[in-house]
Amino acid sequence: MKAEFTEQALLKGLANNDSKAIEALYKDNFNMVQAFILNNNGSYDDARDIFQEAMIALYEKAKSDSFVLTSKINTYVYSICRRLWLKRLQQIGRYSNQIDSFEETVAVEEDLEIHEKRNAEFAIMDRALNSLGEPCKSLLEGYYVKKMDMQNLAKEFGYTNADNAKNQKYKCLIRLKKLFFAQYNIGE
Amino acid sequence: MEDSILIQAIERYLEGTMLPAEKAYFEELRKNTPEIDQMVVEHNMFLHQMDSYSDQRNMKHALHDIHTKLLERGDINEGGELSTKGRVIQLYNKYKKVTAIAAIVGGVIALVISGLTLYLSPASSNQIQELKREVESVKRNQQYQGAKLKEVDSKLPKDAVLTGGGSGFLIDAKGYIITNAHVLKGSSFANVINNNHDEFKAKIIYRDEVRDLAILKIDDEDYTALKSLPYGFRKSDLDLGEEVFTLGYPRNDITYNKGDLSAKTGFNGDSTRWQLEMNANPGNSGGPVLDKNGEVIGVLSTREKQAEGVAFAIKSKNIFKLIDEVKDTDTSVQKIKIVSHSSMKGAERSTQIKQMENCVFLVQAFNKK
Repeated sequence: MKAEFTEQALLKGLANNDSKAIEALYKDNFNMVQAFILNNNGSYDDARDIFQEAMIALYEKAKSDSFVLTSKINTYVYSICRRLWLKRLQQIGRYSNQIDSFEETVAVEEDLEIHEKRNAEFAIMDRALNSLGEPCKSLLEGYYVKKMDMQNLAKEFGYTNADNAKNQKYKCLIRLKKLFFAQYNIGE
Repeated sequence: MEDSILIQAIERYLEGTMLPAEKAYFEELRKNTPEIDQMVVEHNMFLHQMDSYSDQRNMKHALHDIHTKLLERGDINEGGELSTKGRVIQLYNKYKKVTAIAAIVGGVIALVISGLTLYLSPASSNQIQELKREVESVKRNQQYQGAKLKEVDSKLPKDAVLTGGGSGFLIDAKGYIITNAHVLKGSSFANVINNNHDEFKAKIIYRDEVRDLAILKIDDEDYTALKSLPYGFRKSDLDLGEEVFTLGYPRNDITYNKGDLSAKTGFNGDSTRWQLEMNANPGNSGGPVLDKNGEVIGVLSTREKQAEGVAFAIKSKNIFKLIDEVKDTDTSVQKIKIVSHSSMKGAERSTQIKQMENCVFLVQAFNKK
């Protein structure tokens, strides 16, 4: 029961961006995934990419309201990584049926679908943000990603006051929104 | 209403920072203006997207940092040289409990097994094997030799039962043969057969079970004594790695084997024996072991069961000791003269073998029914 509690605590920490929890999860699960990837035609870089993507998927799941984890964390992470890696192998045409796996797995297809949708949305937002141009891009990143307040943003970007910066931010946001929805609706 | 002001209002509305009166007004506006309502919904969704975008970006960043940190600490490794040590330590940390338990369990099992082994079994019979020929094997040879050994029946009493066999060799040209005592175990008389399949009756004149040596004397009219033996007996010590060879009868035909001296003591530090790196088989027991000069260094007797190619030979000085001890009491032994000079020195191995093969005998031990 204690382990279960610890796992729950770890996931809660992950959802709240607690760096200690993330580090513990990383440390506990990375080597297993790396061994799996390396044993199945992957490189160290592949292992890192796949594992970090799985951690993002776990993070998203942990954050969602309907979150229930029915297996142990390592089983879940391994299952996600396994699916992701199989898919990657298929994409680059190196797929073999003999994927080397001795670990227990759980069904993660639904979660991965959600994760992929999120990934697609992320990519659209990223593209939209990058095509904004400066200073809009940095201003919005400062406010929404780095969570800086308007006062500091104004200072950093050289606006005379926070209101001007705020006004500029809204203008940028409207442009971003247009760019995002243009792509997003095509995607739909 | 200008777009940015409207957005600002929507954002404040969604954040819940509007004053109650303002909020009521805005909600009224939403209700009556579908375009504004739509904008609110859309913006809400967009802000969600923005949120999850920034969360994901921040998490990616955090993961990247943690990866670097763990790599530096050696908690994870990507095959780099520096972190190899970390990997080992990390593996050690991960498995140290298991390793400790396994070591303890292994240790206990090993102790129990070795204890049981010591307790239950005399070491010699379990770990070393005497190289005498089993009866079945000797009988088969007799059948095989069939026609060649026509005299066998005539020379043996009718009620003779074969008890064992091995090899033996002349220590004195007058017909004195040395072999292992274990070859003659349980027998009362023996015969010896040379490489030409000539068979001679032999008397057992002395057995030393402790030294595992026995002396036979050919007691047969057909035997013509040799003038001298081609080989001598070495009294000096040997060096490790010296090449040695043996002749014997693991089969019905005389068989040559060579090897090296691998230790100056036998099994469990037995100082009366040499350890040889040599493939010896049942039937080789009692055969001579010679150095490259053709001097006898010992009598092949046992081999280690657990290890391939490890054989033991009784050192030749035991033959001298035996004869010295017995001389006073046994008149038949008094006549034995052992020479140390070998006439095979410097000869090629095949020549040496040719010269001495008639001095090595297949020993068959019998008992009466």
